[in-house]
Amino acid sequence: MHELIITRSNHLIDPIFTPWGWEIPIYLFLGGLVAGMMIISGYFILSGRHQKKDCSCFVVPTVALALISIGMTALFLDLEHKLYVWRLYTTFQWTSPMSWGAWILLLVYPILTLNAILKIPENIAKKLPWLKNIGEKLSGRKFAVKVIGAMSMISGGILGMYTGVLLSTLVARPAWNSSMLWILFLVSGLSAAAAFIHLFAKREDERRLLAKADNGFLIAELMIVALIIIGFLTSSEVQNAAAMLFINGPYAAVFWVFVVGLGMVVPLFIQLFAVNDKIQHTPIAPIMVMVGGLILRFVIVSAGQYSGWFTGTFTTP
Amino acid sequence: MARYGMVIDTKKCVGCQDCVVACKTENQVPHGYSRDWLAYETIGKFPKLNMEIRTERCNHCDNPPCVYCCPTGASHISDGGIVLVEHDKCIGCKACVASCPYDARFVHPEGYVSKCTFCEHRVKEGKDPACVSVCPTHCMYFGDFDDPESEVSKLLQERKYHAIIPEAGTKPHIYYLT
Amino acid sequence: MNAVSRRKFLKISAATIASATALGTVSCTRDKIKASAEKGIKTIPTYCNICFWKCGAIATLKDGELWKIEGNPVDPLSRGRLCPRGTGGIGAYSDPDRLKTPLIRKKGSKRGEEEFVSVTWDEALTYIADKMNDIKSKYGAQSMAAFSHGTGGKFLKHTLKAYGAKNIVAPSFAQCRGPREVGFELTNGNFIGSPERTDIKDTKCMALIGSHLGENMHNSQVQEFSEAIANDASIIVVDPRFSVAAGKAKYYLPIKPGTDLALLLSWMNVMISEGIYDKKFVEDFGFGFEQLAEEVKKYTPEWAYVETGIEPDLIRATARELAKNKPASFIHPGRHVTWYGDDTQRSRAIAILNSLLGNWNRKGGFYEPSKVSLPKYPTPAYPEMAYEKADNPGKKWPLLGDAEGSTTGLRDATITGKPYPIKGWLVYATNLIQSLPDERETIAAINNLDLLVVIDVIPNEIAGYADVVLPESIYLERHDEFNNAPFRQSFLSIRQPVIASPDDQKPNWWIAKKLAEKLGLGHYHPWKNLDDYLRYTSEKAGFSYERLKKEGVILGPKKPINVEEGATQDFWTKSGKVEFYSTHLEELGFDPIPKYTKPEQPPSGYFRLLFGRAPMHTFSMTQTNPLLSELMDENVVWVNNDVARQYGIENGQYIKLKNQDGIIGSKVKVYATERIRTDCVFMVHGFGHRSKALKSAYLKGGSDSLMVTKYKVDPIMSGTGMNVNFVTFETEA
Ligand SMILES: Nc1nc2c(c(=O)[nH]1)N[C@H]1C(S)=C(S)[C@@H](COP(=O)(O)OP(=O)(O)OC[C@H]3O[C@@H](n4cnc5c(=O)[nH]c(N)nc54)[C@H](O)[C@@H]3O)O[C@H]1N2
Ligand SMILES: Nc1nc2c(c(=O)[nH]1)N[C@H]1C(S)=C(S)[C@@H](COP(=O)(O)OP(=O)(O)OC[C@H]3O[C@@H](n4cnc5c(=O)[nH]c(N)nc54)[C@H](O)[C@@H]3O)O[C@H]1N2
Ligand code: SF4
Ligand code: SF4
Ligand code: SF4
Ligand code: SF4
Ligand code: SF4
Ligand SMILES: [Mo]
Repeated sequence: MHELIITRSNHLIDPIFTPWGWEIPIYLFLGGLVAGMMIISGYFILSGRHQKKDCSCFVVPTVALALISIGMTALFLDLEHKLYVWRLYTTFQWTSPMSWGAWILLLVYPILTLNAILKIPENIAKKLPWLKNIGEKLSGRKFAVKVIGAMSMISGGILGMYTGVLLSTLVARPAWNSSMLWILFLVSGLSAAAAFIHLFAKREDERRLLAKADNGFLIAELMIVALIIIGFLTSSEVQNAAAMLFINGPYAAVFWVFVVGLGMVVPLFIQLFAVNDKIQHTPIAPIMVMVGGLILRFVIVSAGQYSGWFTGTFTTP
Repeated sequence: MARYGMVIDTKKCVGCQDCVVACKTENQVPHGYSRDWLAYETIGKFPKLNMEIRTERCNHCDNPPCVYCCPTGASHISDGGIVLVEHDKCIGCKACVASCPYDARFVHPEGYVSKCTFCEHRVKEGKDPACVSVCPTHCMYFGDFDDPESEVSKLLQERKYHAIIPEAGTKPHIYYLT
Repeated sequence: MNAVSRRKFLKISAATIASATALGTVSCTRDKIKASAEKGIKTIPTYCNICFWKCGAIATLKDGELWKIEGNPVDPLSRGRLCPRGTGGIGAYSDPDRLKTPLIRKKGSKRGEEEFVSVTWDEALTYIADKMNDIKSKYGAQSMAAFSHGTGGKFLKHTLKAYGAKNIVAPSFAQCRGPREVGFELTNGNFIGSPERTDIKDTKCMALIGSHLGENMHNSQVQEFSEAIANDASIIVVDPRFSVAAGKAKYYLPIKPGTDLALLLSWMNVMISEGIYDKKFVEDFGFGFEQLAEEVKKYTPEWAYVETGIEPDLIRATARELAKNKPASFIHPGRHVTWYGDDTQRSRAIAILNSLLGNWNRKGGFYEPSKVSLPKYPTPAYPEMAYEKADNPGKKWPLLGDAEGSTTGLRDATITGKPYPIKGWLVYATNLIQSLPDERETIAAINNLDLLVVIDVIPNEIAGYADVVLPESIYLERHDEFNNAPFRQSFLSIRQPVIASPDDQKPNWWIAKKLAEKLGLGHYHPWKNLDDYLRYTSEKAGFSYERLKKEGVILGPKKPINVEEGATQDFWTKSGKVEFYSTHLEELGFDPIPKYTKPEQPPSGYFRLLFGRAPMHTFSMTQTNPLLSELMDENVVWVNNDVARQYGIENGQYIKLKNQDGIIGSKVKVYATERIRTDCVFMVHGFGHRSKALKSAYLKGGSDSLMVTKYKVDPIMSGTGMNVNFVTFETEA
């Protein structure tokens, strides 16, 4: 018999650790999504697809700007000492992923903006002719366009990785403590982004490409999930316990049904059929992928908070 | 430079929580929050039982993840290795809260993150921390591990001890004599 | 320079505030005080009142607000450290449920309905005085009685005696220490007293029978307990529950509840049969040893095993351990010893064993305490009170003393009207509903009264039954009599106001004086205020009052406390010796040598209800203290894991307890644990408040007192054994 009683009862900490609510998973999801969108948009530019009519790489950045702003609002809402938020930008703490994140976000905005003004929609162009001017000047220079594409991919990559690194460096939470978490979040971001762009891409070839890519991402994701769980199982006791949270613990049902099943496997099959022209392309699969990606963030954030080094009961004898 | 820490004699601690009340009054910790707490660990089958009672708080780690993950530098290592939070720099992002394996931190109702300060305001005046100074069993010792002649250093030389979750790699600076 | 004069200034203003409140005539409101409060830190010494240990303390104010309270390093009881209750004592000041003004029961409402109207002090005291005069003229002064616990009651008792009433009792005897004092008096001709005269810090071996030090948080004892642990003393703990002390013990004896006497007798058997007792001591000071030796022959460890469930080898090993370390070895006399109704005899067995260890006034055994001789403030003689005390008619309990009397004896008299009617109760600082067994009897007695006055700081259960409730200032807001407790070295410590009362509360001495005035007995309180009284008595005793006010504590002369230091061993029994065989008991018709009787066992499906202390609470008086209730805001019922499993009860689940008389308690959380035997359950005493006025504690946790409807009365001294109740679980909450 092993009995451990801990008398502490701090708000948000005891008996169950929950300092982070819905804001953080939303932020992480949107951050990952935007990261994926930047990579895809950057790729389209670098691969010359932007010259094709109706390439989504000009719509994506504008949407991404809106999404990342929503994400940052969520993050801001989570802060407990909101008036001090400016403190993030009076320093750079190189050991802190959160500090990196703050600055990366600052980097993301101008890059997305540059990407967006390369080709401005007609209605806006009419209202802001000077913007159109800059955009045209920029898009006229091949090198500048390439640089924007490359920056978009790189900063998207960093943003996507950062969302995972942020959690995995918090050593206290065994369920986050995987060196693969950043890859999972990056690939999941890409997958969600591919699915999302697929929803509004006008060009058939883009849609086909995105669906194919997404299938690749989903397969990769499934493999990463397997590797993470195997990693936990072959690691320390607390990480075994963390793995069990997903295998048969309180998060198992949501994880297997919504994240893996409906969020990865089922859409993967639907899209496999679609790219092989067995069925029509439908928005169902991409929506499932996105919802799966969102739930993944929720599951990971809360399972991580649930996991810990102590296994006490919280009463006073 | 001093390296402060605590040695706690679990053989003497009776789990009375005087250390908890003393911290609350000394540091005016708001109702419903605490910087220190008790752990009662019992192993065995009645009547062959073994019980360890420990008073716990921030371990003022040498390798503090809470400091590393802080985006504003609010969490920092201060003189004598005391890990502190500068209230005016803290944005309340709670990364540090999530990073501490001991769950030693909490969000103060005023928004910033708070935790044990080793009563550095008292230590500066040459006094023991409040919890140490009230403990009726005299089971807590506060001192400088850099000084081999200090009581805390000597206790670690003389007695068997353990720290809490050293596997987390944080290098905690509170040692429990067994 | 600056700092010095500033400090001086602070001291002076502290004294001003102190005397202003002492006068009690200036009724300051909190706002006024805040306005007058100066900036900075101010410290004022006083002594604690969260329990009866009375530790010397120093309160600190920051900008006129109470900040903290710490031990006074000069004080021998606290040695600069308070227990958690003492440290959290300042929470009594901000207790949200405090009584604020005098209250009189609403016309037409019944006692216990908690319906009151706020009145002025003058109205309240006039009401009481009128009723007391009525009672005196109808029944005589003997029909007024008082229950008073702790230092504060002193002046009220004085007023009552001036009125002509002497039926004054406290729960500290018949519900607490009584059997122990009588048992030791019978054996050694000496009391144990409070603080206990046990030399814990120097001991090499100590046995605790129950006595859950570390949970029982009597400060000096706990401090010394930890010194003993540090010195590697052998600690033997005898308890059905794996207490905190058991966790520190070298030997843990998980005894079957109620069988301690069997263990004690077999320890005697081992010591005597193996010849390892202190032969010289027994020869020099013993009386009736041969009879004892003969009597205990039959109590072998094998015999005791059957009764107690403790392995014979363990009994032998612990007896030898005790003997090996004699005389620096002792069996703790306990404090709350009213367990099974044969408690005086158990205490006698403990006294006998200690004498076999020859530890009286020996280093590491018992020591010889001393106290300051404080002169009395001259007051007129009391009127003659030539009537029999009502709590012990016909000396029904031959060894019940007069000092603290018998609460339950007085309660019986109030119910029966015999030997004469009791019509008025003054209840000071004791929550009779929770502290006496079988509340139904207490309520029945109350219903026979013409007057029930409760003087308290919070509206506890008993206040709900009162006709008049008087709100007292808490200890931090008032003067009281000095603490002059018998201890290792004599000392005097002062209680003085640290802060003004927030509302219309008054100190007990003021209440007593004003009540006396209303009764035409004002001349019995010739002092202007307590400051005046304290100055007079301390200066007469040769202690500087100014120094007491400043330093809080002054030590008296150092005297030898044990034989090693030159003290003598004197036994004030009839024979002048340690009475292994008590002719006194024999004459009274009791066993001259303790005899073991089997305790009644719980019926199947029932468990013996045991209770005790939690370090951060005092009885039923701290549950609304915000600092202390935060540490523990409800109690739990300890249930052995196997039992819990068998009954399908889970750790943390709420259940209700039902006792043998069908009484069902409020819901209480289960603590399923290895730390208790399977035949009993345990609760911390004092929770499960049923006074609705205690908003912050109402029905939190369960009340052990409510389950104690049965009790066994000790025929020698009227102690009420309360560990004789059995409970079962009601899981449909
Ligand atoms: N924190 C705190 N400390 C206090 C007080 C308080 O209110 N709060 N009150 C003070 C006062 S006035 C008193 S009287 C003391 C009381 O404190 P003690 O004198 O220590 O009281 P006990 O009744 O001996 O202690 C209860 C213990 O006895 C065990 N026990 C119960 N039945 C039996 C039995 O049949 N045999 C044996 N061997 N053990 C048994 C219980 O399991 C429990 O561990 O505490 C004092 N100290
Ligand atoms: N069931 C059960 N009964 C027991 C015990 C047990 O463990 N279980 N223990 C027994 C023992 S050992 C003892 S000593 C007795 C104790 O019995 P009591 O002395 O009756 O203890 P409490 O129940 O705490 O009641 C004390 C009352 O005094 C009030 N009070 C506190 N401070 C002040 C003050 O400064 N002024 C005034 N006027 N009032 C104040 C409190 O609010 C409370 O209402 O109980 C005994 N009865
Ligand atoms: S005050 Fe001392 S004995 Fe009490 S719980 Fe704290 S460390 Fe333990
Ligand atoms: S115990 Fe936690 S809060 Fe304290 S220094 Fe270590 S990691 Fe940081
Ligand atoms: S909550 Fe405050 S102290 Fe903690 S990491 Fe964020 S900014 Fe730093
Ligand atoms: S060192 Fe000070 S802040 Fe830390 S737990 Fe002790 S009293 Fe509280
Ligand atoms: S033992 Fe604790 S509660 Fe009792 S007087 Fe001392 S400090 Fe106060
Ligand atoms: Mo007591």
